[in-house]
Order: sequence, then structure tokens, then C-alpha cells
Amino acid sequence: MSTQEVLEQLQAALPQAEIELLEEKVPTLLVKAEQLVEVATYLCDQMSLDYLSMVTGVDQPDYFEVVYYLYSIRHVAGPLVLKVRLPKENPEVPSVTSLWRSADWQEREVYDMMGIVFTGHPYLKRILTWDGFQGHPLRKDFNFLVETTTEQLLPTLPEPLVASNRLEKR
Amino acid sequence: MALKTQTITVNLGPQHPSTHGVLRIIIQVDGERVVDVEPVIGYLHRGMEKMAEARTYVQNIPLTDRMDYVAAMSNNLAYVLAIEQLMDIVPTERAEYIRVIMAEFTRIQSHMVATGALLNDLGAFFTPMMYCLEGRERIVDLFEMASGSRMTCNYMRPGGVRYDLSDRFLPRAQEVVAWLPGFIDELEQLLTDNEILRMRCIGVGVLPPDVAVNYGVSGPMARASGVNYDVRRAQPYSIYNRFDFEIPVTYNGDTYDRYLLRVREMRQSTRILEQALHDIPDGEYMAEVPRPRVLRPPVGEAYSRIEGPKGELGFYLVSDGGISPYRFHVRPPTFINLSCLKEIAVGWKIADVVVILGSVDIVLGEIDR
Repeated sequence: MSTQEVLEQLQAALPQAEIELLEEKVPTLLVKAEQLVEVATYLCDQMSLDYLSMVTGVDQPDYFEVVYYLYSIRHVAGPLVLKVRLPKENPEVPSVTSLWRSADWQEREVYDMMGIVFTGHPYLKRILTWDGFQGHPLRKDFNFLVETTTEQLLPTLPEPLVASNRLEKR
Repeated sequence: MALKTQTITVNLGPQHPSTHGVLRIIIQVDGERVVDVEPVIGYLHRGMEKMAEARTYVQNIPLTDRMDYVAAMSNNLAYVLAIEQLMDIVPTERAEYIRVIMAEFTRIQSHMVATGALLNDLGAFFTPMMYCLEGRERIVDLFEMASGSRMTCNYMRPGGVRYDLSDRFLPRAQEVVAWLPGFIDELEQLLTDNEILRMRCIGVGVLPPDVAVNYGVSGPMARASGVNYDVRRAQPYSIYNRFDFEIPVTYNGDTYDRYLLRVREMRQSTRILEQALHDIPDGEYMAEVPRPRVLRPPVGEAYSRIEGPKGELGFYLVSDGGISPYRFHVRPPTFINLSCLKEIAVGWKIADVVVILGSVDIVLGEIDR
């Protein structure tokens, strides 16, 4: 199926969705953040793009971009690239974890590194850095020396696990 | 008197011999049964994606060595493919063959380590590991011959490879390839029908195919669950469409099948190697790369993925026309394979969790980057 056909099929099925074709060679579609789940559900269920290979974020000069690379294992096809552009202030995008579980850890990574909030994510928590880490390292304006104090570099210790092991006194 | 039960939290790692590095797993056990598993990662996070933004494209190749340090050549390959995609560089014929030879040797030695480590986790302490490491040693000697380094090879370059193969390489490689089937037979003789291995592995940690696809699980782990998907077939890169080989698939999705599948893949890789070593042409090992030699890819982005030894390995590069990547992202296979640990480990005992984790074949250098 050519890129144009994919776009036509999508627009026929979801007339209210604003979809923009960014690139032809590797089919790349730009969707609105609030319509992402709708478009993704259609792609997952109707066009059997059942395999979400990669989710990542890019800190572009004027906006944040979240990139999804979709493939179909059933039909051995792909990729189809979905992109969402978000404002620099409070970037928020709905999570697609309910469709593809592979988004789970990858969205957590994007949140950790870029500070993009995935609404509806079941367990949005820092994954590579520790709890209590300040800032989001992969943002272009992140300055390690300015933003980090010595105290912040010390990981906050998790609560000792032994405490929960102690059986309650009878 | 009424008996009260309570789940207990067990902390496995981050310093624990069975976690293959610095992985921490918080396990909730109800009696002996595991009811919840939460992997905690990031202990080896070196910020490579950030570091890469401050180095030139070629300077980033050594970084990729240190991600999956058991399979450095595959990482090199995936990364240079992304640069080539950005810049439309076509590598030379000889370089393509050298790359395939290195990638398949990498697959074999990575599977050897995986098998040895799995048996370690099973309690067969270090005897099978030593068998596997002996085989691996012959292959890393070949890497040393080609690149000067055994593990962190830093061998591939956009357009080709760093050095040409020496005259002695091909005969030695052919020797190793001729020796491999016998070695794999021996390994199988010792392990495949081993009572303890079968008892501990068959039916343990079953991953159904639909769950595997939904979790984005790839590589041997997905194929052991019956997902017939291999990037070498689905989206052939380099020159993989020239070789005659099979994609082994097993259907039970348990720990035993993952072991079995890795052994079969070693055999198929040997087949590819035989053909590649036979067909390798003479000629240039490096294509003409546009000068100046500091690469400045045009503005754009590229995502290249290869079938690494542990699964689908992807590199996503965004270029702004400068000398270093604007964004450098890795899709590490084991990072995503590990995320389904909860699905396969719950319901088993702690000793089984260790075995299941061994069968996932993780490398923390790649998970944390």
C-alpha cells in the first residue's frame, strides 16, 4: 500500500482527524496530540500495525516531537511513522500503552529524559535516572553544572525493604 | 488460632550474580510463589544518548561498542547503517561481506554466552559456561585479528570497515566455521537432553505469541514463542537476501525453547558464514566517502534496524546538518524484552525467576546505555 493510499484510507475512516503527510519515502504522518489515540487505535486494529518498534522524543528548537515507529508483524510490513508535535511549555501527550505494551518502558524513558508527560500511562516514573533526580537530561537546555547541586546527585535511598518484611506483632 | 499470611518483599540485586550485571528486581513472594516482579534499571546509565550529541558521527562508533558489549560488531553495524541511510553512502561489495561475516560471528558468540549464562543460572556452575567461553574465545580471537580488539571492536565505518582483513584471517575463519558444527553438536549432546535442564526449563516462563508482539519482544525470545519474524527476512539490510538460511521458530515459548532456538540459530549462522566466506570478493574495503572526512549528513532523520543477536536493534538519528547528531537514540532489544518479565515470571518460584531472566539474555550495558 502506498503512502498516499494509507493517508486516504485514514482520512476516509477518521474524517475529523487532522493528519498531515510529512514525508513520502518513509511514510510519516503528523497527528494532533489529542487525536493520537484515535488514529493509533485505527492503525493498530484496522491496519494491523501490531508492533510498536520504537518511541522516542526529539527536542527540536521550537517544539518537542514524539516519534512512533510502527510495523506489522502479521503482514510483514512497515514502517509507518507517527509524529506528534508538542509545545515547549508543559508537553503532554496521551499514552498508547493500552494499545501496545511496548510503549510502557519507552514512554517512561522519554518522560525521564525529555520531560514529556504521557497522560494515562499506568506507571509514569523515572526509569534510567533515580527518583528525586532534577531536570531532564536530553533536553537541549539541560545544563548539568547549573541545574544540579551535590545533594541532588545523591540518590534518595529507597525505604528499607526489611521493614515490610517484619511480621506484624501478634 | 487463625493463621495469617503475608507477602514478603525480596530484593534481588543490584549486586547479585544472577542478574547479569547491575539489575535490581523487587520480587513479592507469597510463600514461595512469586506474585509480583518489578525490574529496576538505570544502575549502569552513562548517558550515552547525551554524550553522542557532543561527538562527531564517527566518534560515536566506540560508544556503540559499549552498549551491548557482548555483541559490539552488531551494534557498530546498526549504527553505521543509520549514517549510511542519512548520507546515501553505498558500502563496497567486500565491506558488505566482511560486515555479514562479523555480524554472524557475533551472533554465534553472543548465543554461546547466553547459553552458558543460562546454565550458570540453572546451577550447572561454570562447566557449561567454560565450554561456551572456549568456543567464544576462538571467535573473539578472529575479531582481534580483524579489528585489534576482542570485545570493543570499533570496526565498522560509514562506507565500509576500518581495516581490510589480513591474509591469514580467511583461512582461520574457515577453520573456526568448520569446527563450529562439531562444537554445537557437543554442546547439544551435553545439554539438550539433560534431565535437569529439561525439568527446570520445559514449561517454565511461557510467553504467548500475542503477548510477545504486544510487548514488542523481538529476536530469539519472540521466535521461541512462535512469532516468525526476523528483520533479516522482513526488511533485509546489507546483503542478507543473498544467502540461503532458515529462520528457526519454536512454538512453546518456554525457557527450554529459547535455549533450543539459540542453538538452532547458531547452526543457521554457521551456514551463512560458510557461504559468505566462500563468496567474499577481493576489492576495496572502504567506499569513497564525501570529503571533508568529518561527516556532515544532510538535514533529515534515519531509523535503521538490524536483527542483532538479542533482537531487533535500532538506531534513530536526527541530523541538523552539523558534525554531530542532533538526536541519537537507540532501540535496545533487551530493554524491551526485559519489560515483559512480569508476564513470564509471575507464578513461579524465585529460583525459576533467575532461570527465566537468564533465558531473556539481557545485557545491562545496553538496557541502561
